[in-house]
Amino acid sequence: MSSQTAEPFDVERVREEFPILDREVGDGQRLAYLDNAATSQTPDRVIDAMSDYYRGTNANVHRGIHHLSQEASIAYEEAHDRLAEFVGASGGREEMIFTKNTTEGLNLVAYAWGLNELGEGDEVVLTEMEHHSSLVTWQQIAKRTDADVRYIEIDDEGRLDMDHARDVIGPDTEMVSVTHVSNTLGTINPIGDLADLAHEHDSYIFADGAQAVPHQSVDVEALDVDFYAFSGHKMCGPTGIGGLYGRKAILEAMEPFMYGGGMVRKVEFEETTWADLPWKYEAGTPLIAEGIALAEAADYLKEIGLDRIDRHERGLVEYALDRLQEFDDIEIYGPPAGERAGLVSFNLDGVHAHDLASIMNDHGVAIRPGDHCTQPLHDVLGTAASARASFYLYNTKDEVDVLVDAIDDARQLFG
Amino acid sequence: MSMGSDMYRQQILDHYKNPRNYGDLDDPTFSHVGENPMCGDEIKVDVLLEDDGETIEYAAFSGEGCAISQASASMLTDELQGMTLDELDDLDRDDVIDLLGVDISPMRVKCAVLVEMVAQDGAAIHQGEKTSIEKTTTE
Ligand SMILES: Cc1ncc(COP(=O)(O)O)c(C=O)c1O
Repeated sequence: MSSQTAEPFDVERVREEFPILDREVGDGQRLAYLDNAATSQTPDRVIDAMSDYYRGTNANVHRGIHHLSQEASIAYEEAHDRLAEFVGASGGREEMIFTKNTTEGLNLVAYAWGLNELGEGDEVVLTEMEHHSSLVTWQQIAKRTDADVRYIEIDDEGRLDMDHARDVIGPDTEMVSVTHVSNTLGTINPIGDLADLAHEHDSYIFADGAQAVPHQSVDVEALDVDFYAFSGHKMCGPTGIGGLYGRKAILEAMEPFMYGGGMVRKVEFEETTWADLPWKYEAGTPLIAEGIALAEAADYLKEIGLDRIDRHERGLVEYALDRLQEFDDIEIYGPPAGERAGLVSFNLDGVHAHDLASIMNDHGVAIRPGDHCTQPLHDVLGTAASARASFYLYNTKDEVDVLVDAIDDARQLFG
Repeated sequence: MSMGSDMYRQQILDHYKNPRNYGDLDDPTFSHVGENPMCGDEIKVDVLLEDDGETIEYAAFSGEGCAISQASASMLTDELQGMTLDELDDLDRDDVIDLLGVDISPMRVKCAVLVEMVAQDGAAIHQGEKTSIEKTTTE
């Protein structure tokens, strides 16, 4: 690590790259954007990468001979290499499929592998903290294949119960699909240990990196996962684009997910052979501008330094937890500071999360109320909804203070 | 600091903290449940009709939810007393929002109209004008 990465970065300078953070909301409130787990904001250089592409390069990829198509193809294909490198996949583009988002990554594997390979007696192991994108997908694929779904439980502080994991993952397990970082609890799961457990039983492991890749340095090979998915719109990239890492040998053996142009080598009336990786899994005209802009977002995060971003967010969440814990009418979900990523879900006694969010909005504070696409987890937590503040590299302690003031306002109003 | 949202006027907060007509009726003529999946709000409305089978003698609600859905249930059940089922059927979403007396932000309109939808569906099912459904939903 260079000494530069040890130093904190200048948040004010970071904020200059995100013009949206300067806008006002409501009647002139300063925006405090604390809904980053849902979608992050986009820096100028990523927006520029999109518009530069349309202004200067726009053409379809893979198939053209003309100049623009060549430029577009090279940029789009190289974007795969850059994302592969970003998450530590040494196989480059062959191990990096561009998808619409994390949800599509999960569905791709669930359809292409699960629907073909799962059967009666097989088990898919999830956790109680799975996002609906993984939970619903595997639940439904399991129904269609007569496989069973089992859930690793969480303890009182929102950590995975690893003893239970050892009970649940066994000889019938074919897939372990776990979220790397919980979007509701902020728990950082021990993916490496789970990968060892899965592999001991010849099971695959799929890690959902939607809340990890934007915020910490991820190395899919060190984690030893078979599949790993993430979304561009949560990592300073555009909407509509995400990545799915898959081990090359598995991707080579697996059936395609969608059929059509772009994913084929030779087509005859009766038979078709598939294109090379990763194009075999990218049917139709892909998200070209978005893919190129996503690579720009990855470069941006790398330049700032994922370790520094992680440290900055941990500082913010620690501060937020300290401030929220001053009040005994606030219930906080998830593990203590030090063990959690940069988000916190909570409830204020006697105030519904949606009311809290409405009052926050009057202070210019953007947080998320609801079930955060983890309804079964909320059942375990014993509440229908919670309020979630989630931080990113451009957030400040001042914004945490505004959040706490807004909570106080809600407390006064409802008290 | 602002005094909180314009949505949370005293009247709303009063109905939220001290809901009227809260609870179950012993012997309702009909009863119906609905939910607003966005908020996780769930409300049950019980209605007792007078002997004419048309006039609402009493309406009650139970369930949990945000201040907007609870206040709106409290106010509407008050309003329903003495109303006929036809009049209930004629209510539209603006009527409930008028009852609340504040501007409801677009994302929260579903919270406000949940109780009205539940009462109307319950009445329609009771009168055989609508096939029975387990739950009304605002989605
Ligand atoms: C942990 C987790 N998994 C999956 C998703 C789904 O992401 P997307 O909606 O981009 O597919 C999200 C985001 O909402 C998430 O937080």
